[in-house]
Amino acid sequence: MAKANCPLPTSNLSEILDKYKQSPGSLLEILREAQAINGYLSREVLQLIAEELGIPESKVYGVATFYSLFKTTPTGQYIIRICESAPCHIRGAQDVLATIEKTLGIKPGETTPDGKFSLEFTSCLGLCGVAPAMMINDQVFGNLTGDRVREIINSF
Amino acid sequence: MEMVKVTVDGQTVEVPKGSTILAAAKKAGIKIPTLCHHEDLNVNAMCRICVVEVVGARTLQAACSQPVSDGMVIITNSPAVRQARKMNLELLLSNHPQDCLNCVRNQRCELQTLADQLGVQQQRFGTKTRPEYPKDDSAAALVRDPDKCILCRRCVEVCHDVQSVGAIAPANRGIKTQILPAGGVDLNNVACVQCGQCTLVCPVGALYEQDHTERVWAALADPEKHVVVQTAPAIRVSIGEEFGMEPGQVTTGQLVAALRRLGFDRVFDTDFTADLTIIEEGHELIDRLNNGGVLPMITSCSPGWIKFIEHFYPEYLDHLSTCKSPQQMFGALAKTYYAEKAGLDPKDIYVVSIMPCTAKKFECGRPEMSSTGYPDVDAVLTTRELGKMLRQAGIVFSELPEEQYDEPFGITTGAGVIFGASGGVMEAALRTVYEVVTNETLPSVDFTAVRGIEGIKEAEVDLKGTKVKVAVANGLGNARKLMDLIKEGKADYQFIEIMCCPGGCIGGGGQPIPTTNEIRKKRIEAIYEADADLPLRKSHENPAVKTLYEEFLDKPLGEKSHQLLHTHYTKRNKYPQKSVG
Ligand code: SF4
Ligand code: SF4
Ligand code: SF4
Ligand code: FES
Repeated sequence: MAKANCPLPTSNLSEILDKYKQSPGSLLEILREAQAINGYLSREVLQLIAEELGIPESKVYGVATFYSLFKTTPTGQYIIRICESAPCHIRGAQDVLATIEKTLGIKPGETTPDGKFSLEFTSCLGLCGVAPAMMINDQVFGNLTGDRVREIINSF
Repeated sequence: MEMVKVTVDGQTVEVPKGSTILAAAKKAGIKIPTLCHHEDLNVNAMCRICVVEVVGARTLQAACSQPVSDGMVIITNSPAVRQARKMNLELLLSNHPQDCLNCVRNQRCELQTLADQLGVQQQRFGTKTRPEYPKDDSAAALVRDPDKCILCRRCVEVCHDVQSVGAIAPANRGIKTQILPAGGVDLNNVACVQCGQCTLVCPVGALYEQDHTERVWAALADPEKHVVVQTAPAIRVSIGEEFGMEPGQVTTGQLVAALRRLGFDRVFDTDFTADLTIIEEGHELIDRLNNGGVLPMITSCSPGWIKFIEHFYPEYLDHLSTCKSPQQMFGALAKTYYAEKAGLDPKDIYVVSIMPCTAKKFECGRPEMSSTGYPDVDAVLTTRELGKMLRQAGIVFSELPEEQYDEPFGITTGAGVIFGASGGVMEAALRTVYEVVTNETLPSVDFTAVRGIEGIKEAEVDLKGTKVKVAVANGLGNARKLMDLIKEGKADYQFIEIMCCPGGCIGGGGQPIPTTNEIRKKRIEAIYEADADLPLRKSHENPAVKTLYEEFLDKPLGEKSHQLLHTHYTKRNKYPQKSVG
């Protein structure tokens, strides 16, 4: 599933917008559901939402960039989320991060040119027992070392 | 009004219930320092420079947002307060480039003033040494310098709530927060109307006009160039503020003298082409009324308003009068009629405008604004930029004698002067249209119903049997309300005046800082004072305008007028980069 290349999903989006038409203050829900269509919120999607809700695009963009949950640029097929909370940090999350950055050539917030991987930070994953930890899409990985991380990435 | 009693630093004052601590302190003669607060805008309470002690409260309170309660005891000047204010400021400064010497707001900056006032003498928390964000100078009229931004959000308030444009808003979070156009693109790629209202409220050098002073200095120094200058109606009542005068002084004569001393070859008055606008636009209105033209007709002198309707109501452009603004009419005539009369080649004439407006910088660059083959207007200086040039030249404004404008574009009427205030174009038009249609002299030239700073004003005029209903709006939020009425088919007006800026041009985005609603009111009073002082009050009585028609234009709405004085508009998108909506 190459998420980044989907055409503008106007029909799905209008269903979402219709659903929330009667309930003002649903911008967050709308953004969440809209993002599920393409994996990120494009300018077009933000503009359609702004138009429908009758608020400036700048405000919608502001909300979409305030919450780390939302993406305004296309994300890769696999999203790597590195835990940045203290226990993982103490147990070497920095090394894990450095290895990934080196292996994939991207920094947090970026996507590989082939659209395969995106790299992000996340707050505590609740995996402190096996720190340092990360997630790739919905799979979790713990007790990470540089070598193990390389192995995992190569297996995708 | 229910009143409450509070004690501020030992003094008891009585203030209306719901007043802020800031207001109560003011009543007690104490000016609490503020930074993000602006008297005309909603309270954001972002900076916490205004903190005070409230006896019984656990923490310091923000005076700009905290309402008083009966019996409240407030301490505005304790060691804890002083320390907290200074610390909050120092933290702000730790993320601010210490670039005052090179900064457009040097000596006119609220942050800099506060640093002095609160006794900051060292950068305890370090300082921003390298630029982090690029400057955005994509827009014809404005520059954004995000590195200087202290995130007070005043610009956002004015852009959304006053102007209903919403071009910029806070984006991202935490240390990465910035005030950004949607999508993080450049300002020129969103529907910003370049009104510059944000530059008036920005406390620092993060938003300002594109500089035209250098090109004007260059033209003045060029012996090949014949440099003429025009002054908009609103400058004569505001330029004094650049030199510390009280708002509301009429300084027309000194303004003329100052421009002559700067080296302009001719000093002319935009009021002349304001009078001309009235003749052309008045006849256009009469024509539309008589021949079933599109009504209501809406005025077209305010370039921020024009850009607004082009972006947000593109399907209603045929409501706009086709008249160019007085600035552009002036330029077109300077390079034709005046060139001929003075025996000059239009290519050697350099036209400079002194405008209360940033959007005029955008307007003069519009491709259609060069009806002679040369740009009608070559450079636009805001009131602030003129102030800067006069200071650079060492001209002591307050000591100048009063001088007269040059011929032929120096004779003006009160009708031209009042263009500078909201309602002025309407009033000037009514003074002329009434007399042209009825062939009778107006009993009184003062149409006071359309005057003042109120957002939307209405009036009805009886043109000997034909009733004409008019409306006047200032500030784009109010313009939007009228446009929505037109859209819903509920506007039964024949003629509407719209000015982009609150209060009209006297409150324009290029006017001296500060420009508050209080100051706007004083400038408006000065405008009507200048009007009342003039021997001629009606545009059609301007002898120089009559001569212009006899010698050159022939008749209103004639062929030459169409070629030089009228224009057309461009449909724009609300989302200029995409075709949604
Ligand atoms: S914005 Fe103010 S404090 Fe900052 S560099 Fe400019 S003058 Fe100095
Ligand atoms: S110039 Fe006017 S429209 Fe543009 S950002 Fe500033 S306030 Fe908004
Ligand atoms: S640009 Fe100016 S007005 Fe806007 S938030 Fe920044 S400092 Fe405040
Ligand atoms: S002035 Fe009160 S919080 Fe900024």
